[in-house]
Amino acid sequence: MQIGFYPGCSLEGSSKEYSQSLLAVAEKCGVTLEEIKDWSCCGASAAHSLNHDLSIALPARTLALAENQGMTEVVIPCAACYGRMAASQKAMLEDASVLKKTQGFIDMKFLGNVQLLTVFEFLQKYIFPVADQYIVNKLNQKTACYYGCLLARPKELTKLERPENPMEMEAVMEKAGATPIDWAFKTECCGAGFSMSRTDIVAKLSGRILEDAADRGAESIIVACPMCQSNLDLRRPEIKKQLKKDINIPVLFITQALGLSMGIPAKDLGLENHFVSTGKAVSCIVKKEA
Amino acid sequence: MHKPTNTTHSPSLKKRMEQEIDVIASHCYQCGKCTAGCPLNEDMDIMPNQILRMLQLELPGYEDKLLSSLSIWLCLACDTCYSRCPQEVKLSQVMDFLRQESVRQNKVNPKAKDILKFHQAFLETIEKNGKLNEVWLTLNYKLKTLNLLQDINKAPSMFFKGKLNPIPDRVHNVKEIEKIFNKVRENEGGTKCK
Repeated sequence: MQIGFYPGCSLEGSSKEYSQSLLAVAEKCGVTLEEIKDWSCCGASAAHSLNHDLSIALPARTLALAENQGMTEVVIPCAACYGRMAASQKAMLEDASVLKKTQGFIDMKFLGNVQLLTVFEFLQKYIFPVADQYIVNKLNQKTACYYGCLLARPKELTKLERPENPMEMEAVMEKAGATPIDWAFKTECCGAGFSMSRTDIVAKLSGRILEDAADRGAESIIVACPMCQSNLDLRRPEIKKQLKKDINIPVLFITQALGLSMGIPAKDLGLENHFVSTGKAVSCIVKKEA
Repeated sequence: MHKPTNTTHSPSLKKRMEQEIDVIASHCYQCGKCTAGCPLNEDMDIMPNQILRMLQLELPGYEDKLLSSLSIWLCLACDTCYSRCPQEVKLSQVMDFLRQESVRQNKVNPKAKDILKFHQAFLETIEKNGKLNEVWLTLNYKLKTLNLLQDINKAPSMFFKGKLNPIPDRVHNVKEIEKIFNKVRENEGGTKCK
């Protein structure tokens, strides 16, 4: 089974472990992901903030490449990339003048016949049906499933059943033998692209998220977005200063957590690359009872 | 795309917005849900619902007030406002439109300069490489803002954790990306918004 894969820039840099763990889980389950050849950046929040046409054209190039390479489905694990690619695809499919203009910019034809999959859709469609035979461990910990903005909104792109209180990630974590907690900040914004330009805002918003998770006894926070992960993990010293307290809950990618339940070694899931030690989350794990 | 308007005969900011994006200002009935749910409302100088109100009323001077506000740059595009709006007003698109107008008319709020420079550094890095390289982005941003020492203590550990690639991974045919940027700019009539 071969499915297209768009890693996006973060997954080649600060969030390598997201890509590494997704590929490890897919391999374990016999699913092959094929990277789109010569893909380029989706433009992220910079493009849509400064230039509307560019924010449609940049993703359109990669979408057209995927079509030319014969792909019918592409999984886009980064929540931000997914949002931009899906928005571009939707804009071109819904408005013939946008399509014409964009095809002119990229000098390629766009057909719109590639289906874009969020990480949840990919897991539900390709991993869930076979996961049970590979899950050997029970994560055995309370987890706060954190969606942030772009996995939940806007609802016409993310396709979640309940954008205010989604449960898709909880379903994955229950499969992995964790206990998802009920909490208030699962779809609040972490500060996203302000990581460098307004670190104070990131510390404030991410601090609220972390504090609620801690108050409700979470032992790990599970994310599916590189910006959420880096704001909650890399920016922990700034958050600590803001909250005036030390919270040491690790922040794992959903595919790292799932990989642990499948017995994939922590090293192969990139769990040693985090700033907040993931040791505590790993040490909770027990063998699954037969 | 949007043309700069300095003459009194050109259509108003609201008219241009309604032509450019899928938003009709009068659809908003001022329930205030957008402002209530906005994660950054306490940092904003004009509340999200007030932005729509100003567009509805078009009182004298509203264009400058909106285009030089800090709020339009603080908006994180988290879409909480839109997802809770009973009238489904796409406020994040309003913010994008106002940001682009603000750059075009050179009215960016001084407190938002670093945010703008970050976006510009981001796009310049993509134009050169086709992909975003975080090392290049950081260096470019630091040079623009002269915040040279910011986060310098994070660099060594990020490097040893394999999170920094000093040698940028580029798109094979990077000329294609440059061409896209150039064509989009030409289409805009050479405005400076990158």
